[in-house]
Amino acid sequence: MSSRDLILARVRRALADVPRDDTPYDQAFERGYLREHGDRSVEQTVELLAENLADYRAQVHRSDADGLAATIAGLLAERGSTSVVVPTGLDPEWLAATAVTRVPDRLAGTPDELDRVDSVVTACAVAIAETGTIVLDGGPDQGRRRITLVPDHHICVVRVPAQVVSSVPQGLERLDPARPLTWISGPSATSDIELDRVEGVHGPRTLEVVLVSGE
Amino acid sequence: MSGGTFVGMPSFPKAAHEAVHNQTLRGNLRHATHTIRAKRANAVAEVSDWAELREAGKQIKDHTLRHLDRYLVQLEESVTAAGGTVHWAADADEANRIVTYLVKATGESEVVKVKSMATQEIGLNEALEAEGINAYETDLAELIVQLGKDRPSHILVPAIHRNRGEIRDIFAREMSEWGRPAPEGLTDTPAELAEAARLHLREKFLRAKVGVSGANFMVAETGTLVVVESEGNGRMCLTLPETLISVVGIEKIVPTWQDLEVFLQTLPRSSTAERMNPYTSTWTGTTDEDGPQTFHLVLIDNGRTDTLADEVGRQALRCIRCSACLNVCPVYERAGGHAYGSVYPGPIGAILSPQLRGTQSEIDASLPYASSLCGACYDVCPVAIDIPEVLVHLRERVVEGGVVTRDGAKVVLKPAKGHAAERAAMRAARWAFGRPGALRTGQRFASRTRRFHPRTLPGPGKAWSETRALPTVPAEPFRDWWQRTHGGKDASK
Repeated sequence: MSSRDLILARVRRALADVPRDDTPYDQAFERGYLREHGDRSVEQTVELLAENLADYRAQVHRSDADGLAATIAGLLAERGSTSVVVPTGLDPEWLAATAVTRVPDRLAGTPDELDRVDSVVTACAVAIAETGTIVLDGGPDQGRRRITLVPDHHICVVRVPAQVVSSVPQGLERLDPARPLTWISGPSATSDIELDRVEGVHGPRTLEVVLVSGE
Repeated sequence: MSGGTFVGMPSFPKAAHEAVHNQTLRGNLRHATHTIRAKRANAVAEVSDWAELREAGKQIKDHTLRHLDRYLVQLEESVTAAGGTVHWAADADEANRIVTYLVKATGESEVVKVKSMATQEIGLNEALEAEGINAYETDLAELIVQLGKDRPSHILVPAIHRNRGEIRDIFAREMSEWGRPAPEGLTDTPAELAEAARLHLREKFLRAKVGVSGANFMVAETGTLVVVESEGNGRMCLTLPETLISVVGIEKIVPTWQDLEVFLQTLPRSSTAERMNPYTSTWTGTTDEDGPQTFHLVLIDNGRTDTLADEVGRQALRCIRCSACLNVCPVYERAGGHAYGSVYPGPIGAILSPQLRGTQSEIDASLPYASSLCGACYDVCPVAIDIPEVLVHLRERVVEGGVVTRDGAKVVLKPAKGHAAERAAMRAARWAFGRPGALRTGQRFASRTRRFHPRTLPGPGKAWSETRALPTVPAEPFRDWWQRTHGGKDASK
């Protein structure tokens, strides 16, 4: 007997007490919990996102569509970045105001090469206000998972209010499980030493989120 | 569990006896558990529907367990359809053989690891090492434990028993053995220690060809695996290598994508007391040009189906490894995680380990007693595991024996050896209480000889009386006193 059959047979024997006509999944439980917490206007939800991002040490900036290129250029200059990874589908307008060397995602071949790049600029798939979370789904304007991981500085653009939801349940609804997802709540952090929170271990130590309106 | 580290552990009372006399350990533990306890209460208070989320989490997990065969088959189909390969391992040895084979097939001799309870449970690192493969732990706390040639003592914060000074010393002494040495003049500030870990591990991440992980959840409907973490070491291991091998217990399934909405709210708040942990990664099979191009899922039983067969004890399989129960447990806080002799310490370990491993060994027979039954663990559990109920159930099994399932077969367990004296004492008491004459004679004899009674019991009662004060026998049995002072009056009525 294969281990597969062995384990499945053990499971069935272990469940001998469970009646065959046990309640099916869709009737097995009530989802008595809330779809979102609190009653907020659209503006308040965006405000909550900004607060919660900042509470977990992300740096939050605001811009409108016209000022976005200048905002991004300013953030790269402030950081002193000389190179930036760019996802293939990123709106070229976003980087129109900076002369920093662009490294296309596909060409940032080996992890070592990627490690030498200073910054990365991406869009996101959805942002969750109640938890201060941005989610990347590997879409053309976000690139492969590795490009937002290895460089030490991540600038993520969130279109508000279109990409903002209130809660985790609403966020999951919008996401496609077939895509590889990365949920980011603040920069990399650890609490392993005496439970003191320290930002920045392996992921980007600086996360800057630009909330852009009017897109 | 064949993880070599815990074989031959003394029973919990013996191991805990030493731990409670270690002042540094108690200080480290007290600081850590009290910090996280207070933060967790705040994080939970932020969501007004905590009770409903907890109930939904409990019901989803219970439903999944009651139909585990169906969901396992569905998961296998979805993972395969998404480009992954599924392997099944009945026990730790088989799981280790499969992973070793898969690593060797890549031609590599080192792997980077995401913190995983399942791989610790099966002793994977030791098994790989025996085959000439280096397994690098990349979670900061796991790194501290691995470099310190130590054992983890907490589910979430494995190095909770170490303070910053101890960690600095371990880094300065050991890092050069494994790769990039610690920077010169390393101090004990957490930021500097984290930076040293970053530099040390980065060279390993950048060259890694094989990653090994566990998973917090597996979605049967979609074949998606989920890893919840903070540091980004998980993302490194899940993204940069060409091959990813995930070793996951069969109980980690949820039926649908939507079910994650419950656990992604309750797990971070219960474990690290955060609204959301910094990083969560999900992957469904493989994705072209993004992340590992080869994905293996190793599903392990290793005692889980035996646990499932116990109608009272099976609720332990609902556990999502948040570790909230450790942080509120008065016994854990004083004894520390090592005393539990298992990768699963604290209240959940006290019910999970004896079920996964059986209660034959000294340590496993003692674990159901490693509790004051205060119930704090039940109150904080985000999937409402009634840990005290299972503890009492397992105590009964240890003392009385009975029918249990081991390796899929029903066996009759003999009563545990250590409890023979207790049983004999209880039998003697039953006999005496049924015979008033004998009881009276015995009591009078005990009163007259009271000056000669020992302070501790000899023989099999020695251990019992080591931690308990023996009652002193009164100069006169109560019944004689009653007869002398009130007896006459009563008789006259």
